[in-house]
Amino acid sequence: MEQVKVMSTKVSPFGMSVLIGLEEKGVKYEYQEEDLLTKKSDLLLQMNPVHKKVPVLIHNGKPICESLIILQYIDEVWNFNQFLPSMPYERATARFWADFANKFYESVAPIVKSKGEDQEQGKRNLLERLQLLEGALKEMSAGGSLPFFSGKDFGFLDIVFIPYASFFHAFETIGNFKIPFESEYPLLDAWVKRCIERDSVKKVLPSFDKVLEVALHLRKKVLVD
Amino acid sequence: MEQVKVLSTWFSPFGRRILIALEEIGVKYEYQEEDLSNKSELLLQMNPVHKKIPVLVHNDQPICESQIILQYIDETWDSKQVSPFDRALARFWADFADKKFFDSGIRIVKSKDEAQEQAKREMLENLQFLEGALKEMSVSGSLPFFGGKDFGFLDIVLAPYVSWFHIFETIGNFKIPFETEYPLLDAWGKRCMERESVKKILPSSDRLLERVFQIRKKFVVD
Repeated sequence: MEQVKVMSTKVSPFGMSVLIGLEEKGVKYEYQEEDLLTKKSDLLLQMNPVHKKVPVLIHNGKPICESLIILQYIDEVWNFNQFLPSMPYERATARFWADFANKFYESVAPIVKSKGEDQEQGKRNLLERLQLLEGALKEMSAGGSLPFFSGKDFGFLDIVFIPYASFFHAFETIGNFKIPFESEYPLLDAWVKRCIERDSVKKVLPSFDKVLEVALHLRKKVLVD
Repeated sequence: MEQVKVLSTWFSPFGRRILIALEEIGVKYEYQEEDLSNKSELLLQMNPVHKKIPVLVHNDQPICESQIILQYIDETWDSKQVSPFDRALARFWADFADKKFFDSGIRIVKSKDEAQEQAKREMLENLQFLEGALKEMSVSGSLPFFGGKDFGFLDIVLAPYVSWFHIFETIGNFKIPFETEYPLLDAWGKRCMERESVKKILPSSDRLLERVFQIRKKFVVD
């Protein structure tokens, strides 16, 4: 009998990808919420002694860490309705953009964690990166004629990117600006609206207000210290 | 007819690992040395997002990011039968090696005094983790490689770093206690350096050291 457990936090975009992945495969799992600010659980420290970070997937007692590695593991173990494409070049392209997504978060975190010029740079980074993603989506969806980054089916890149959608509202509110989706990133706009209708995404993504609340809390802590 | 080209520099360990992988499989390739202060049109065209090396160009299609390239090479020419968990484990340690281990090394190069001491402490901690990983993956040293009996993904990722240990020791003015603290890594490193592909591809320590001193001068006044 399979035992699958995920340790994460409600607002970790990396954790959200893992949970969406499991939901898409229909895998039953147990979820453990971690309190990263106050006290990490013993299980987390035992299962991820190197980084002490979430998310962690524990499958039949064995830990797998790092969200992109976990997603690929899920895809390989439950090898039906594959997230990653089958051809090596398309797989490499998907992995490239997933790697890009991972680095994305760091470059836009100043919107929440900083003010003044650092915050402005964070906002510029966000718009630049959205531009690149719009371009990638245009190519991968054949000019918007296919619904997803992965083409006709919701796949790897869709799972990796959709958690960021829950942050846009927090970025706009805290950064006091409007992300010009309709005019500048129309394909991304349509793609987000499409993805948030999916059962797995609806179940996993926190509300935009919840994310804003957590972001404001984080901002208060970081700016005061 | 396959057309394989690699854009890289002679000193980047990320680039060296791609060449080692191609040599291991016996794929013929063309190599283009890049001058990072004057990047070629081809590089800018093939990696417009990051403008970095290495890039593998296969039948005019570019693949970027060294670990992604390695997986592409494996899937295209030499698919090894590895279990999902072992694959995940190898990917995890490869990610750790680049993010944490090499990063602490680069900080040894680019700093001095307390910042450098901190970087040295972290490097020794990181080596401890890698020694532990090797112990697990080689079944306590009874198998020769991170990949078990095969020179695998993680071995290829880490092999270029063997030539960097000496660099970090020299610049950090310390001796990494391999024999006492990291004996499995020590034996593994020596084993790697005997491999044809690694001998062919890795630059000499002296040449690398000279280059790293040049880099250090830009960051630190000794």
